[in-house]
Amino acid sequence: MDLFAVAWPYWHQFFFIIFAATAVGFGFGVLLSKNVVRMAFYLVLSLGSTAGLFFLAGAEFVGAMQLMIYVGGTLVLLIFGVMLTAQKDFINMDTHTQDWILATIVGGSLLMVLLFAAFGAEDWNTPQDLTDAKVEATKEATPLGLALTGIRVDTLGETDDAVQGGKAGYLMPFIIVSVHLLVVLIGAAYMARTKKLSHATDDKSSRAKLMLFKMEHEAELLEEETYVVTHRGQSALNPLDPQDDEN
Amino acid sequence: MADFVNHILTLEDSWIGYIVAALVAAVLILHVVAVGALLFIWMERKISGRIQDRLGPTRVGGKFGWLQTLADGIKLIAKEDVTPDLADKFLFKIAPYVGLAASYAAFIALPFADGVVGQHVNTAVFFVLAVLGLEVFSVILAGYSSGSKWSLFGAMREAAQVVSYEVPLGMCVVVPVMICGTMNLTTIANMQAGFFTNWLVFNDPFTFLTAIVYFTCATAGVNRAPFDLAEAESELVAGFHTEYSGLRWSLFFMAEYSSMFIVAALASILFFGGSHGPIPIADVLGLLSLDNLGSSDPAFHVFNEDGGGFFASLNLEIAIARFLGVANLLLKGTIGVTVMMWVRWSFPRLRIDQVMTMCLKYCVPLAAVGFLGATAWQALDLPTGNSLMNSPRYSHHELWTADDSESTVEEASSNEVQTPHEDDTHAAAKAVELKTVPVSVVKGGER
Amino acid sequence: MLLIGTVSVSWYLAVGAVLFVLGAVCMATKRNLLGVLMGVELVLNGANMNFIAFGSKVLRPQGSLGLDGQLIALFVIVLAAAEAAVALAIALNFYNNHNTVDVDRANELNG
Repeated sequence: MDLFAVAWPYWHQFFFIIFAATAVGFGFGVLLSKNVVRMAFYLVLSLGSTAGLFFLAGAEFVGAMQLMIYVGGTLVLLIFGVMLTAQKDFINMDTHTQDWILATIVGGSLLMVLLFAAFGAEDWNTPQDLTDAKVEATKEATPLGLALTGIRVDTLGETDDAVQGGKAGYLMPFIIVSVHLLVVLIGAAYMARTKKLSHATDDKSSRAKLMLFKMEHEAELLEEETYVVTHRGQSALNPLDPQDDEN
Repeated sequence: MADFVNHILTLEDSWIGYIVAALVAAVLILHVVAVGALLFIWMERKISGRIQDRLGPTRVGGKFGWLQTLADGIKLIAKEDVTPDLADKFLFKIAPYVGLAASYAAFIALPFADGVVGQHVNTAVFFVLAVLGLEVFSVILAGYSSGSKWSLFGAMREAAQVVSYEVPLGMCVVVPVMICGTMNLTTIANMQAGFFTNWLVFNDPFTFLTAIVYFTCATAGVNRAPFDLAEAESELVAGFHTEYSGLRWSLFFMAEYSSMFIVAALASILFFGGSHGPIPIADVLGLLSLDNLGSSDPAFHVFNEDGGGFFASLNLEIAIARFLGVANLLLKGTIGVTVMMWVRWSFPRLRIDQVMTMCLKYCVPLAAVGFLGATAWQALDLPTGNSLMNSPRYSHHELWTADDSESTVEEASSNEVQTPHEDDTHAAAKAVELKTVPVSVVKGGER
Repeated sequence: MLLIGTVSVSWYLAVGAVLFVLGAVCMATKRNLLGVLMGVELVLNGANMNFIAFGSKVLRPQGSLGLDGQLIALFVIVLAAAEAAVALAIALNFYNNHNTVDVDRANELNG
């Protein structure tokens, strides 16, 4: 009973370990999986756990934003892309061995440098006393919104003029980002539009023309593809029978 | 609650109390999902029967066929769990759980009454919408991994539809957030307490419009008819769940019905007063005064966390008031779900291009008009529903003091009623000794 | 070890670093264009983790970036969404023109 009687001030660590482990674990899943759809699924879980870490660090709005925009928006878009292009050989693509070796060396050394930097600074490594584990939620959505309109309510108590002046609002970046989003919206729609093939003169849709073109030139295309397949040392698999099946 | 459990078990601040409290909350919410699905499926069959001039289920479990869903559930559990040969087995098996987990997780931040909520999240509106948006992944994964063309087409349609409808849905949700000045669902609901004229749907004509657009988009967002293109029987067999059978198939339905309930409950919180009925019964009966809503004072907890024994520490009046609130919200949510069923069995299914037209050409502009109109109404301070009735609306102003600690100072906008609208954060407003700087003053560039 | 000590900013930075490196390696090794895109998303998330950790008042009551950290994280998320939209448009365009998503075959500009 003695064990139960003690307070357990480790909730933060407990959830940190869970979320960090899932984020990193599924990150490895993204890296190691060969099937592009599974990569997307692992990425969803990894980014979702990252949102959990954001919540844990007290950034509720950013966490919700991460879930909404990243996981809900960007990744649905990405999966769309995957499903539009997931055909035949593109679902499972191997990486060349020399690429793996090189990437592991470079990535490993980069990781070492980053970890040394992360644990190097004394100030960052000093744990705060989180014994009072009921971390109080801060009223943060309103100050964030006000900061985006150029009003910093969180620096009102700042006595140092230099610090206060340095913490200006974010009105200008906000406007720039808004215009940027508009440009991206139009640009992406422009780029992804269906184009007419150069020899398409009649009123058939270009997609249909493309299909016709493919059917007509099927033999040539097939030859090309088999060439690619043999060149990459891959076997032409059934697209719906993924290679790294875990069952 | 954790403190209370620890006290009952005569433990000091122990982790057991937290675990027990979390389990109780989780199991209660699970009941909303599971029993809700049982009830709603029975209701759907009954309502569709009545609309089509049939009786619906009549045999199992008495006169009205109460236990029909339970019988179906037992049948589904007994069925063989088939996985197609062409399926991507891992994704095929995990997809239903993803959907159920997403719609279950959205309940975490949904307040059933003032103070009855799984976890206080300051950005609850945003959180619920974000987590509900994750449900689309289960459909996409199911569609892809089934290895069937019907499933894939259904999934693609669903993905396109849900992503598109998130735009007008978000614009509609912004309106109550803007009027109330907070993203906290508990505070939004509490600000609509009192007579039903306080409900935001009656605030002005534009919020009325917004409520209708919200409900339309929410129906589309959870893939209900007439927007259920993902499972259009006449074209796609059964859409994304064509290849599923048995328990996994029923998990999809549990997810669908619980997310229907969530969007209906969210509609009731955002526009229809949430846990507050048309008449403040708890206030009239003297159980819980309106002035004490949202108070973080331990005196207004259901369980007096210092008192000994279960019944000794039960604050009966508050408990009844909370129970009434929960009943109110569940009733409103069920009414919302009923309306969705009514719509489903009254209108024919749209074509996919009509669905997209509906979203981009009608819902988005209407939501934009609603948003702009509601903003203008607030800015011009035009008469609202409750000001016509001359009943007080408690406004919620956040001010920042110069000592860098954000403290909340509430003012009653009209009449003399002073409401301690403390947020449910534990940040009890510090006594404002230093000069209080309203936001508008700072805006002048004083600093 | 972690359960006995307490979590400091460094641990968050470490998670961010691991995600960053995973994303970078993903970008380097994947041959599928969309896989490269997923690597980019992981990299951005790893960087975001640092902003959140430094901006967190829970982890660093004194000397935290405060709101600035969260605001920059917000901008990163929004820009990542924009980047993903454009990159996907490019990917689909590439697929339409070349009938492949293998980045190794995007070598037309080789001299």
